[in-house]
Amino acid sequence: MTDLDYLKMSKGEKLVHNAGKWIASLPKKLLNSICAIAMFFVNLVKKFIAEIKDIVMTFVHGDWKTRVSFFIMGFGSFARGQWLRGLLFLLFQTVFNMYILFFGGAYLAKFATLGTIATTKVNRKTVYGDNSFMILLYGILTIFFIIAFIYTWRANVRQNKISQEILKSGKKLKYAKDDIASLADSQFHKTLLALPTLGIFTFTVLPIIFMILVAFTNYDATHQPPGKLFTWVGFDNFKTLFSSGSANYGDAFGQVLLWTLIWAFFATFLNYFLGMLVAIMINKKGIKLKKMWRTILVMTIAIPQFVSLLYVSKLFAADGLINSLLLKWGWIKEALPFWTKPSWARVTVIAVNIWIGIPYLMLIATGILMNIPADLYESARIDGANAVQTYGKITLPYMLFVTGPYLLTSFIGNINNFNVIYLLTQGKPDTLGNAAGATDLLITWLYSLTVDNSNFKIAACIGIIVFVVCAIINLVVYNLIPSVKNEEDFQ
Amino acid sequence: MAKENLIPEVDIVIDQEAGVIREIKPEPKLRSKKAHEKRVNGAIYAILIAMSVIWLLPFILLVLQSFRVEYGGQVAYVIPKQFGLDNFKFILTETNFPRWYGNTLIIALFNSVLQTVIVLSVSYALSRMRFRGRKLFMKSVLVLGMFPGFLTMIALYTLLKNLGLTQEGAIPGLILIYCASSGMGYYISKGFFDTIPKSLDESARIDGATRFQVFLKIIMPLSKPIVIYTILMAFMAPWGDYVFASYVAFGKSDSYNVAVGLYDWVNTNDFQGYFTRFCAGGVLVAIPITALFLMLQKYYVEGVTGGAVKG
Repeated sequence: MTDLDYLKMSKGEKLVHNAGKWIASLPKKLLNSICAIAMFFVNLVKKFIAEIKDIVMTFVHGDWKTRVSFFIMGFGSFARGQWLRGLLFLLFQTVFNMYILFFGGAYLAKFATLGTIATTKVNRKTVYGDNSFMILLYGILTIFFIIAFIYTWRANVRQNKISQEILKSGKKLKYAKDDIASLADSQFHKTLLALPTLGIFTFTVLPIIFMILVAFTNYDATHQPPGKLFTWVGFDNFKTLFSSGSANYGDAFGQVLLWTLIWAFFATFLNYFLGMLVAIMINKKGIKLKKMWRTILVMTIAIPQFVSLLYVSKLFAADGLINSLLLKWGWIKEALPFWTKPSWARVTVIAVNIWIGIPYLMLIATGILMNIPADLYESARIDGANAVQTYGKITLPYMLFVTGPYLLTSFIGNINNFNVIYLLTQGKPDTLGNAAGATDLLITWLYSLTVDNSNFKIAACIGIIVFVVCAIINLVVYNLIPSVKNEEDFQ
Repeated sequence: MAKENLIPEVDIVIDQEAGVIREIKPEPKLRSKKAHEKRVNGAIYAILIAMSVIWLLPFILLVLQSFRVEYGGQVAYVIPKQFGLDNFKFILTETNFPRWYGNTLIIALFNSVLQTVIVLSVSYALSRMRFRGRKLFMKSVLVLGMFPGFLTMIALYTLLKNLGLTQEGAIPGLILIYCASSGMGYYISKGFFDTIPKSLDESARIDGATRFQVFLKIIMPLSKPIVIYTILMAFMAPWGDYVFASYVAFGKSDSYNVAVGLYDWVNTNDFQGYFTRFCAGGVLVAIPITALFLMLQKYYVEGVTGGAVKG
């Protein structure tokens, strides 16, 4: 097909054509990514072999200082006068050995079973056995530590090799003074990132891996340490989550997932278009008191959500102000079921979220609208375009292009929008069974399963699902929206 | 029906050169255009006023309820029959509210300092320096960010408990949690740093400045908006955190923050008695935060719009 044929097609045909092309290219893309993954592993193995070779060669060609360093880390650095590096290596090795010997080793040994000795009662005294929770948590920590040790040990070996070569070529080594000075200059990133990375590792990565692994155990209310043990069960929890039936979670899960996506869609796009509309209205020429309108709307951002949302949730309650006023005026016979009927609750939640969301979008849109070149509008006006046309042909495409990344983050954010749902409804009305309610998102369901039902295994599965959903959306959008990939294209 | 009536009121010009038919709409008369403009503006004002009412009403109601003296949960009238400061007096003298307020303030202050230092450090390193593992760091943070935060709650609680930072120690515990992972929120400030020309750094470095000096003396003074934005966000976040705060405090009332305390009031059995007190507490929390926010609104807008565009 020539370009001309393509240009002749109507918009719908173009869409179909492009979609067809995309689907046709899928097998090739899939093949490519499989190849890429395979190459990745091949390279990994190659790299690994090269590393081993290098380590062996270092030992063979090394002097006695280097060789001793293989067993006592930092020895070579000490012997060559780099006392700071030597001290750090030695310190790390000592700490690691102590940790494995007195703490981590015991946990790691039981990692495969998560403990076998149950807690029992002997003569009214509780004798504590293994604690599966601690074994899992500290087992992961120990594995991290071992990986860190291997990495440091490798660095120590490499260090010796480099120092040896430098000395052979007659140059001077870097000593403690240089090392410290470089931390504020060429190695400044190490200073800056050391603490944050440590924090992310201990308080984000470790707990996340822990919870991923919990999804493969039977950790729940009936298997709660320290009284009871829990153990590995493979993919059983995912089976329970996906299959339907009264004993399983499949039905509730399907509905919650569907509602989560519907909610995220409305919460993102309704807010987006309405917020933009409000921004355009306030920005319009001839509208006075622009700052005041904006400030009034921004109040909802400024006031902590738990105050405003809790109050609004009470406002719509059966005995809330809205219902009692309407009853008093005789407009209705009985209280409107804002929070008690599933469909009402869902609509109300989305409506209240518009109230929360418009101000953000208004602010963002205002900033961007001001950046649209005025001559675009000028020429459109001369061509006789009306307000709707300029909006559809200039404002909207520009906004969509520039805020593409924002729409993506906001969609993901709404999938995980805990505050609005929890403070307004707590996921109620509970109609779906398995502790799930009509307005529950995956994330609020996860929360109530964890906190109210101690059903950690299913909660962990749901957490993984949330991750998978977000990851898929991210991947698809990254491949479809150009502005996400190339931030600087639209200039 | 006569056929002529169906012909639309436009001039049609056949453009021979381009081979297309163009429609030229008749120019509307100037006077009607002005009238039209006026009508549109009037409609917009009406919408804006209606919106302002909807947006402000909950807050006005909240304030009115907080001054209500007569007993009862939600009542069927808007203006209280008797105004008074009873609710404020009660929560300030006979409940744990001042303590919760103090807790939250301490957390917010520490958080705003520590978190700002961490976020700016990470952003500077990622924006200005090129080193091994930089891409890996950014990708990992992206992936980690896709996991829901509450997933980690139980493990975090155990970690904190082993450090003695739950219940009585909930305040430092919360500060630790908030700050530990704050390095992941570098997007907006990194985006800002990226816009500062690199030639500034380079010329300073040629003059013998270290990276540290460049960071402190060149980048920081140029980044006032983003610094203020980061501080503002870090200060405001703890006031609204319910989930972690309630989990870490674990029923220990002395360690609550305002969100946990007030949430408990609304959901206690004595809702009738505590509703107006909740409103009073809400007002006391909202006033300083709102004032601070409106004062620094300019910086917030800068951060939000910058962040939205760069993603």
